Formats: sequence, structure tokens, C-alpha cells
Amino acid sequence: MNRSLRPLLATTIIFVLAYALAVSQYPGLLSTRVLGNFLTDNAFLGIAAVGMTFVILAGGIDLSVGAVIGFTTVLIAVLVMWAGLHPLAAFAVALVVAAAFGATMGAAIAYLQVPAFIVTLAGMFLARGAASVISPDSIGIKHDFYTAVSQTYLLLPGGGRITVIGGLMVAVFVLGALLAHRTRFGSAVYALGGNPTSAALMGVPVPRTTILIYTLSSTLAGLAGAVFSLYTKAGYSLSAVGVELDAIAAVVIGGTLLTGGYGFIAGTFIGVLLQGLVQTYIVFDGSLSSWWTKIVIGGLLFMFILLQRLIFSASAPSRKALWKA
Amino acid sequence: MAQAQGAQAAAPPLLQARQIGKIFGQHHALDGVDFEARAGEVHALLGENGAGKSTLIKILTGALQPDAGEVLVEGQPVHLRDPQQAQGLGIGTVYQEVNLLTNRSVAENLFLGRQPTRFGLVRKGVIERQARQILAAYGLEIDVRAELGSYSVAIQQIVAIARAVELSGKVLVLDEPTASLDRVEVDKLFDVVRALKARGLAIVFITHFLDQVFALADRVTVLRNGRLVGTKTLAGLSQTEVVRMMLGKDLSFAHAIGGGPDAETGPAVVTFDGIGRAGKVHPFTLTLHEGEVVGVAGLLGSGRTEMARLMFGVDLADSGMVRMGGRVFALRSPAQAVAAGFGFCPEDRKLDGIFADLSVRENIIIALQARLGWFRMLTTEEQVDIAGRFADALDIRAAHHDMAVKLLSGGNQQKVILARWLATDPRVLILDEPTRGIDVGAHAEIVRTINRLREDGLALLVISSELDEVVAYSNRIVVMRERQMVAELRGEQIDPATIVQAIAGQAAPDQTPEETP
Amino acid sequence: MTRLSGIFLRPQVAALVAVLLMNWLLFPDFFDLTWRDGRLFGSLIDVLNRGAPVAILAIGMTAVIATKGVDLSVGAVMAIAAAVAATLVVGGQPAIVAVTAALAAGLLCGLWNGVLVTYLDMQPIVATLVLMVAGRGLAQLITEGSIVTFSDPVLIYIGTGAFLGLPMPVVIALALLLLTTLLVRRTALGLMIEAVGVNKGAARLVGIPARLLLIGAYAFAGFCAAIAGIIVAGDIRGADANNAGLWLELDAILAVVIGGTSLLGGRFSIPLSVLGAVIIQAMNTGILISGLPPEFNLMVKAGIIILILILQSPLAAEAFARRMPKRKTAPRERTMP
Repeated sequence: MNRSLRPLLATTIIFVLAYALAVSQYPGLLSTRVLGNFLTDNAFLGIAAVGMTFVILAGGIDLSVGAVIGFTTVLIAVLVMWAGLHPLAAFAVALVVAAAFGATMGAAIAYLQVPAFIVTLAGMFLARGAASVISPDSIGIKHDFYTAVSQTYLLLPGGGRITVIGGLMVAVFVLGALLAHRTRFGSAVYALGGNPTSAALMGVPVPRTTILIYTLSSTLAGLAGAVFSLYTKAGYSLSAVGVELDAIAAVVIGGTLLTGGYGFIAGTFIGVLLQGLVQTYIVFDGSLSSWWTKIVIGGLLFMFILLQRLIFSASAPSRKALWKA
Repeated sequence: MAQAQGAQAAAPPLLQARQIGKIFGQHHALDGVDFEARAGEVHALLGENGAGKSTLIKILTGALQPDAGEVLVEGQPVHLRDPQQAQGLGIGTVYQEVNLLTNRSVAENLFLGRQPTRFGLVRKGVIERQARQILAAYGLEIDVRAELGSYSVAIQQIVAIARAVELSGKVLVLDEPTASLDRVEVDKLFDVVRALKARGLAIVFITHFLDQVFALADRVTVLRNGRLVGTKTLAGLSQTEVVRMMLGKDLSFAHAIGGGPDAETGPAVVTFDGIGRAGKVHPFTLTLHEGEVVGVAGLLGSGRTEMARLMFGVDLADSGMVRMGGRVFALRSPAQAVAAGFGFCPEDRKLDGIFADLSVRENIIIALQARLGWFRMLTTEEQVDIAGRFADALDIRAAHHDMAVKLLSGGNQQKVILARWLATDPRVLILDEPTRGIDVGAHAEIVRTINRLREDGLALLVISSELDEVVAYSNRIVVMRERQMVAELRGEQIDPATIVQAIAGQAAPDQTPEETP
Repeated sequence: MTRLSGIFLRPQVAALVAVLLMNWLLFPDFFDLTWRDGRLFGSLIDVLNRGAPVAILAIGMTAVIATKGVDLSVGAVMAIAAAVAATLVVGGQPAIVAVTAALAAGLLCGLWNGVLVTYLDMQPIVATLVLMVAGRGLAQLITEGSIVTFSDPVLIYIGTGAFLGLPMPVVIALALLLLTTLLVRRTALGLMIEAVGVNKGAARLVGIPARLLLIGAYAFAGFCAAIAGIIVAGDIRGADANNAGLWLELDAILAVVIGGTSLLGGRFSIPLSVLGAVIIQAMNTGILISGLPPEFNLMVKAGIIILILILQSPLAAEAFARRMPKRKTAPRERTMP
């Protein structure tokens, strides 16, 4: 069996077990309402995590995701409230700006040949700084479009609601999975994460792919920012602080190897759901504090990194061992 | 052969290089080299390390651009910008280190970059069906959906060849393809190459193994120091003649250095008593004496490197003890071995030996410093003195000792590692392939140094695939086969023929040992 | 000591001088120092005082980066140490117990990171990410989710007091700098750490206890983070698990990079890393007194990172090599004392 499926399987089993345990304690958790809220509450995280999955699959990391979300919310708020743009037009502008930002980071990583974490760290400072310079204060957004969107949803049997942003996240996951598993770009991403030297020799356009990957990640972070702005109806430079860590955690818990080359978009979806479950459980419990979330996520992260080590070092002939006597 | 010569008159060579020159800095890597590969021939390219083989290959496959001369494909001059373009023109390359993606499926490895798509989506079914067809032609019936990394290197190598042939289809460059294959796998690979030759491909074959050249190639081109020595038809050529072309002289260390094997040996220094590790090396017992060189012969993968690693505590033995001067102990770490007076020059100098960014001086004193511990630091004066002394003794050529060691040549780096251990005043030195990847001149110097150290009373264990060399300096030779010490030769028994027989066992007495790349 | 004369020629020193001069142009009283209540006051002292926590983090981070690692968890470890110290003094323990326990907590966090990197062979970014994510949760577990304030005079003295006229944080940072530099340069530790950073496998083969050194480096980084955490807690007279040390790991990495230690390990200089921390703080102060919004800081830091990246990139190295062909063979400037 494909080794890379094993962590995904583990994640799925853990999620099902955890959900079953939670339901046995609070039967109220088993409802379409809760499931719908799962999607809505984690929409921005999920969308950003799809981008992060591509980055990590290619062996990189993007620390700027949270900052780009924050910047986008501010930019959209300013464009809508101060410049009087229609929100959809504002979204378009924000996505283009985010895409250009990601492309620049990707180009720096590809051509300056420096570690991704330091380039995206600079990106994080830049995006947060720029957002604060535009407006240090939170800007509330009042627009008919926002009201309309928040009142649009698909009613599920049992009273659950698939909101626009919840549905958007699911769509992004589906499209992301197609892109990763069924396109040449997707193959190139895995190739880069597997072995960049081989990838280059096999004709993968390494710089172009790198630039595209970070463009994709930042664009999705921009989209997550738009979703966050719809979700909170505000733009604030300090919103979504630390989301990059949640996204990385979701990707890793979802079974993607942090060193790249192995993983699935669908796994990230379960990773996001698992994080949502932890949060929902803590809310349902009432007596547990929210900081348990971080500890549980950290514990899960550790567990999965360890699990991957076991799977990939036990059965994989390491690349070096392959051609050394 | 006949076929190759028949084609020669009719059509221009598939691939031709004329008067190629390439300069790196001040160094002429290639100077006026001609080379050609015709349809339906296997053309071997030979040369010592640094002869310019890899530079020529890089130029022929578009990875480097020549400073002089031209490359022609089917008689047409071309300018090769990169490997992709060369591939498009029909020149495919398979490298020694399989440059495929072990994390992806076999099918994807065959089709990466040219997957058929519909509406932008890759057609996986089509790819898998075609992949099965392609590999069937090579006698491979494997699950093409499985990860490439789950297959052996030999299969990966054949997949790489299949990909290169699919993509290019005229010229196939095989750069040391057999370096990490066993004999059966090599035979399989050769069958594939012969089939491709019959299909009319021109095959350029780079290897270190002379017997493989004679088994497979039609013609051979030899380079030396960046210049063309000659291109010859192999039929009627002897191995000695080819070696002479490569080395430019009759190189016999026994002759050049002389005397080694007869020397008297002193008292025992250390006994490795029943040392072994399951799955690595069967337990062996070996005593090293003062003023003695024990040579270790054996094929790649025979357990010789693993043996050295056990003897230095790099890997932990699960059986046996070390006896030394009345003490009996188990080696648990290299630090312990160093403290006991051992030194170890590993096989892979770059990976395990050299601190590339540290200075020559620091590289020389580091083992001594480690033995002294972190608290008792050598003063700068002491360091300069020690580095100077041993650099002079071994004739290390460096502009100054504060320069980064990575700027030195391979031979000088090897001498730095030797100096590092000599500075610790060791009693036992374990050298794993000390002359590997070193030019011929430095080679002889290292051999001379080994002899001198022996005369100084050290106990040495030297692993080498170069039989002439082992014979030249060993008082005793132990032979490894299939992770086991199978023979111990001394006195009259020390000659290449006897060693070869011991290495080959009963199965193939005429087999010459593999050389390391 | 050729090093002392050499250090003044470093680009870092030039950068610091430039930033300080800029501050002076913006604020002519910048270099003024006054003596009041037995201690020095002035903008310069302020820069050092505020820069001290990052400088202390940078000292530990230098050791880790020199071994080819990185520690993303030091900010979270600061929060943990602050939480431990604050909770203990509020619970009635004497300050010495609280400080010792906080330092021990930091050391323990560092050991955890070190074990993950060394024995489980995890990449440093990955290994320390775990504690970065979970650490603040642990800190909140200790403080039970609230901001724990205290009035213990010793802790407050550590954060805000003065010794020999200098603020305590500066004194602590200087002492740590001096001790660590002596430790790594007067013994063979520095060389051994560099050897491990350059080639871990070879280091083990020559008998250097590579694993011990690696674990030691992470433990030391955790220890330094704990010191910084105690200082910050003493400064605000409380432990804020959410905000103590937030993003300071990034400042510490930046300080080390400005100090010229490569993220790929090997050669390092602790004094230059501290200098890097001071440069960062001097710029922060400069932005503050220039009247620009403080958020501008982030953009300036981004600018510095970009500048350093471009200067250190292989492309730039090529350009330099073409212009100054002699540079390549010039001896390494670093010397051993």
C-alpha cells in the first residue's frame, strides 16, 4: 500500500473516533447544525490551509499567510468604506494584490535561493506593517452585499446551514484536490517536494513552479481574507494573527509530510475539521478554557510528525542509501 | 560491430563533438576534444577522475556550454542551452544517481512534464496503460502505480533509461549506471542496453569498470587531463593497453614503491574479538600489530566499510569485544575509539570527513582538540604549530592554513584528514578507500605515506578496491565476501590472482573486483 | 586579541552608527545622558534597555543557528517562564525559588526541543514549531488563562531596577554576553559547535559529542528565553501568556542574521548577534521618535531582511566575485582568541 496514505488513514480514524467520543458525551454535537458551523467558522482557515498544503508539498513553508489575511481585510474595508467600491470589486483588487505579493515572494525564493521561511517572514512583517500603516484601527464594514451574503445559505435537513463562505471553502478544497492530483502543475509541486534536482532534470520548470506555488498560497490567503472580512464584517490589521500556524498544523495533521513530496489535499480538510472539533468540544464543555485548543493542537502536531517519521524512515530506503553501497 | 561500421559510411554520427574546449578559471578542463557516437554502437568514455569525462558529458547533454568547438547532431551544428533542449534533439541521459522522483509513481516518472491531458486534467488511465506497454518492452512487469522508491535501484535505473529513450530516442548517455548494482542486475541492464543498440540508438557509456567496457562497448574513447588520448575499436585491444592510455604509463605500485609486504611486524596492538552486527557484518576476529598494514579486499557491498565502522564505534557491534593492552571493552562511540588511540578516514570524504567551511588548520587540529575535550583548548600558537608540522610532513599544498579547506583539491583534502589523525598520535589508523577520487600523482603519494606510517610503527587497516595498491603495502590481506571475512592471506599468498579467487569464491574465479567510482 | 580591533570594521558597526546618527538627526538630544537617582537615563540607555530581551534571546539563538538549526519556540518559552515565575511569587514562594523554577522550565523546554532534533532527527523548524504552537497554551495552563500580576520586589528589580547605574536588563544581557563569549572562545566549545554546524556526521567521527552539543545548544536557547521571559515579566509586573515574547523569536533570528551568522550553520559570533539586536532596537526607537506609526517597524524589519537576503544571495556573491576577484581567497576574518 502507498505509504503516503497511512498518515491520512490515521487522521481519518482519529477524527472519526474523536467525533464519536465527543458525540457520546454531548449528543448535541451530532447535528447538521454543528457540521454547518464547522464549515462556516473554519472557512478562512480551510482556504488558507489549501494554499499551505501546496507550499508544504513542494517542501516550502509560508509564514506570511496570517498577515496576508489581515492585510486583505484592511484593504477590503478601506476600499469598500472609504473608496466606495462594491465589495466584489474590492475582493478582486485584494486578490490581485495578494497574488502579486505571493509571486514576489516566490520569485525571491526561486532566484535568491534563500530559505522560504525567512523570505515569507519578511513577507509577514511587510504585510502586517502595510496593513497597520493603512489603518491601525479596526474598520467596520456595513454594506448591503455583506448583509445579503450572511443571509444566504443552503438549509440542510436538521436545521444546519451551509453558508456562502462554508460552501466556498468546500469548493476550494475540491478545486485544490483536482489541481494537486490531476494536473501537470500538481505533479510539478510533488516533484519539487520530492527532489528538486531530479525535478529540474526531468524538465519541471522549477523557478516558475515555485513562483506559482507562492502565488497560489498568497491568493488563497487573500481569498481567506475576503472570507474573514465577510465573517467578521470588519477589517483589522491584527486579525488572523497566528493563522499560519493553525494552517501548518492542519496540513501536517492531515498527513502531509512537512519535508514535502507526500500528502493529500483531502487530508488537510480533515485536519481543519479536527481542529474545529477540538474548538467546538471546548465550547460545548464550557468548563475547559480555550487555551486547551493550543495544547491539543500542539500535541496532535507532535504525534503526527512522530508518526510520519516512523512510517517514512522505517519503510523508505532513504534517498542516500539508494545509491550508496 | 559490423553493423556499426556499416552505418558509419552511410550517415553522419548521431552525436558529434568537434574540438571542444572548456575553461574553469585558469584550468583547462577540456582542450580540443573530439568525440562521436554512431547509430547502433556502444561507445565507452574512459578516464581517471579529473580527466574531463563529466565536463564532456555535461557539454554533450546541454548542462554546460563549451568555450570552444561545436556539437553536431546528425551532422547539423546545434547550440545546446540546457538538458531539456538536448532531450528534444534526441539526446537522453541517465545519471549514476537515479535522477527520478522516488516519491511518485512509476507511471508518473515516465510521463512527468508530458502527461496527456483532457480539459487540463491529466489522463491517469492513459498514462498507466502506456507506462505498462513501455516497460513491457524492457522486460519489466511491475505495478506502475506504485511509488518508484519502493523498487530496487536496478529497476529505477531501467525506468530512467525507458524515460530517456522515450523522450529522446537517438542518443542515450549512461553516466556510471552500474555503480550501485550487483552482478545480476548489471547483466540485466546490459541486456537492455544491447537491445537498445540493436534498435539503432547510439549509446555513450561512462564507467570505471574496465571489464564492463570490454563486455559491452564497441569502441572506447580515453581522455586524460582534459585532452583526447585516442578513440579505438575494442576488438583486439587488451585491458593493459586501455589502462596505459588512461594512466599514460605502466602504473604498478608494487614496482614504484616496493618492499612493503616483507617488512617485519611488531607486537599486537589491538584485537577485535568476535566483533559483528546482525545484518551488517558476521562476527570476525582480527588482530592488528605495530608496524603492520592489514589490507581489506572485497567487492562493493561485501561488508568492508561496515567492518571499519564497527571497528571505530560508528555503528555499535552487537557481539564481541575489543582487547587492547590488557583491557577488554566494547566500543560505544567514535569518541571512545579516538580516546583509545584510533583514527578513521571515512570512505566519503565530503560527506563524513571534511569540515568544508572551516580552515585547513582547524580541520587538522579538530580530532586532537576533541580528544583533549572542550575545556582544554589548544592555543592559536599550538594550533599553528601542529597544523604546520603535519601539513609539511604530508606535503599539503595550501596557500595558507587559514583558508577554507573546501578550496583545496581532493588529494590535499585527503591529506588534511590524514594529518588530522596523525596529530592525535594514534596507534591504529583505519583508512577506508584513502585513494578514492584522487588524481594519479596524489594517489602514489598517499600510498607512499601509508608505507611510511607503517615503518613508523603504526598499525594500519586499509580498505581498497585497487588490488595492485593493496598488494603493494599490505603485510596481510583479509578478504570480505557477503558480509563475512572469508580469507586471510599472508606472505606468498599476497598476489592479485589469489585475492581475486578469494573474493570471487568458487563461483567465478576469473572475476576481477569492482572498482569504486 | 585581534578580534577587538577587527570588530570595529564590521558592517554591523557601520550600520549601528548610521542608525544612531539618523536618530540623532531626528532627535538632537538622542545622545544626552543624565544621572538621576543613582542611574543613567537617556535615549541611548533606553535603546539598550528595550533591546536587552531580544539580545538575550539572540545569544541563545546564535548557538542554535550555528549548529544549523533554528528555534521558533523561544517566544512561547518566554511566556512559559514568565508564567512560572509570576504564579510562584503570587503563590507566596520567595523570588529565588520562582526565578530558579522559571529558568528550569526554560531549560526543560530547550531540552525537549533538543531531544526532538537530536534523537528523533526532526528538522529544527518542525521540532520547535510544536512548542511554538503548544507553548502559549501551556503558559495559559499555568496562569489559568488570566494575566497574573505581582508586586514581588525582586522580580520587579530584575525587570526595572538598576545596577552600577545601568538598567538591570542591560546588566544581565552584558553579563550573559561576556560569560557566553568567554565560554565559547576561551574553550574549544565554539570550534566544536561550528564543526557540528558545518558537518555533523564528520564531527561525530572525530570524537566530538555532536548530540550532546546539539541538545546543549537548544537547552541554552531555552535558558536564555527564560531569562528574557523573567525580565519582561518583571518589567510589566505580570505574566501575560498571550503576549509575552510574542514574535520575539523572529526578532531574535533577525538579530542573528544581521550579526552575520549564516542560517546554514557554521561560523558564528555572539557579540555581533547582540549588536544585531541593538541595531533592531535602535531602529524601533528611531521610528518611534520620528513620529511615524510604530507599525512602521515591521515594514522596516522586512526591508532589512530583504536587503540581507539580496546581499547574501548567490547572485550577489557572483556579482561581488566578478568585481573583486581577490575576495574569494582572502583569509577568513574570524579569529580564535
